[in-house]
Amino acid sequence: MLYTDKVMDHFNNPRNVGVLDDADGVGEVGNPVCGDMMKISIKVAEDRIADIRFQTLGCGAAIATSSIVTELARDMSLEEAVAITKKQVAEELGGLPPAKMHCSVLATDGLKAAVDDYLVKNGREPISGGLEHDDPHFDPHAVPHEDACDVEG
Amino acid sequence: MEHQRDTYLDYAATTPVDPRVVDAMLPYLSDVWGNPNSLYRRGREAYTALEEARERFARVIGAEQPGEVIFTAGGTEADNMALLGIPTRARPDGGHIIVSAFEHHAVLEPAHELEKRGYEVTYVKPRPEGYIDPDDVRAAMRDDTVLVSVMHANNEIGTLQPIAEIAAIAHERGAYVHTDAAQTLGKVPFDVTALGVDAATFSGHKIYAPKGIGALYLKRRTPMAPLIRGGGQESKRRSGTQNVAGAAALATAAEMVVADLDTEAPRLAALRDCLVEGVTSTLENTVVSATHPERLPNIAHLIIKGVEGEAMLLQLDARGIAVSTGSACSSGSLEPSHVLLSIGCPPELAHGSIRLSVGRYTTAEDVEYFLDAFSPIVNRLRDMSPVYAKMFGSHAG
Repeated sequence: MLYTDKVMDHFNNPRNVGVLDDADGVGEVGNPVCGDMMKISIKVAEDRIADIRFQTLGCGAAIATSSIVTELARDMSLEEAVAITKKQVAEELGGLPPAKMHCSVLATDGLKAAVDDYLVKNGREPISGGLEHDDPHFDPHAVPHEDACDVEG
Repeated sequence: MEHQRDTYLDYAATTPVDPRVVDAMLPYLSDVWGNPNSLYRRGREAYTALEEARERFARVIGAEQPGEVIFTAGGTEADNMALLGIPTRARPDGGHIIVSAFEHHAVLEPAHELEKRGYEVTYVKPRPEGYIDPDDVRAAMRDDTVLVSVMHANNEIGTLQPIAEIAAIAHERGAYVHTDAAQTLGKVPFDVTALGVDAATFSGHKIYAPKGIGALYLKRRTPMAPLIRGGGQESKRRSGTQNVAGAAALATAAEMVVADLDTEAPRLAALRDCLVEGVTSTLENTVVSATHPERLPNIAHLIIKGVEGEAMLLQLDARGIAVSTGSACSSGSLEPSHVLLSIGCPPELAHGSIRLSVGRYTTAEDVEYFLDAFSPIVNRLRDMSPVYAKMFGSHAG
């Protein structure tokens, strides 16, 4: 299992680490029992993400995907932000090992949760359509491509 | 770029090949290249070398006869041979097997396979301190128990197991006993006859010999169906033309680790204690994973609360330091180490485990370099965690 240089860069030099004290929305996803947990806080201006910070407990991929998702989401509209897919996150990082794909779900879920939190706090309807991790059909073990299945069991 | 010092603290995973072991192999990678099973001169030369290696290895492990040593392609093969071969030959129609729940996968997977073939398997749980209580084995024994397999030392947490007592209990009830001794030869005084086992697994690359060579000790008259069938080499117990160079390497490496034991074990134990003391005294919320006092001199296993293991491993790697972790993320599965779960370690703590194992080339400078690098790494990861302060209080250095 190897990480790309871009994953290692975001892991070793994560962008936007921290908490926004006056955050408009906060998303907290994951579970320490599973070994990964993420908290994302956003400032919203004119329905765009004006500022964003994250904190993550997790492996190299969890930290790198958290970092890249904050870079992607900055300045996006709320609709654009919740539409970021795990595939997009993985592609931005030059790919993730199959066993690590679920880490990118943590990052996109965290962002969705933060956006919905902002909307609900302001008396509006959530727009994320629910978190992928909450989907009973979500299988973190699922391997996206058979040919990529080079992970030791 | 931060200062880097190549610092290898993963000797329990594998060891570098000792140059003296390389020297011992070289004749069989050059001039003496015959097939040890051939009758002509070249074959006889290779045969003589192979049998000499067998005699030397048998002597080192305390076997009564050289023929009790079967050379294999490694520890995993030896474990598979014992687990699959002994029950199926001794009780071909099925029966009961006991293994410990924190065995290496090379024992657990064949045990699962035996279940599929109709055998019943009891997985004896270790005590939270990290050892198998012989009384728990006694309670699990049945009239149809054919094999008991408990590792001599656990490869992750480093705790030694009371094999002699377990063997005595199993033998009272007529069962055979196997132990995986891959981690113990050269680390603690070792003698298969004193342990009283019928079979034992050894691995070359844990003792400064190359990967691809191992051995199974199989006490005379212990039944075992062969795993690898073919030309009937190794007295029909393991077919395939023997790895003569590997056998010479294994024998030489084994003699060396055992010859050095009296000086090397205390030296390694002191380095290990420095690591444990250094980490636990400078970082809060860090503990030794298993408290059983009988332990290998070369393994320190620690829980670093509130940090994920793979993240620690990668940050250490960036500083030139190699270690292991029991976190799920390092294994490619989503489950943390089965060893830690078996001793009752909660998953959220198991994800933050780290194994430091020292060896022949580890120095006090290595330990010092590790300790200097480690605290800032852990503090940085704890600062980045959304739950550390909540769960464990601020890190406070």
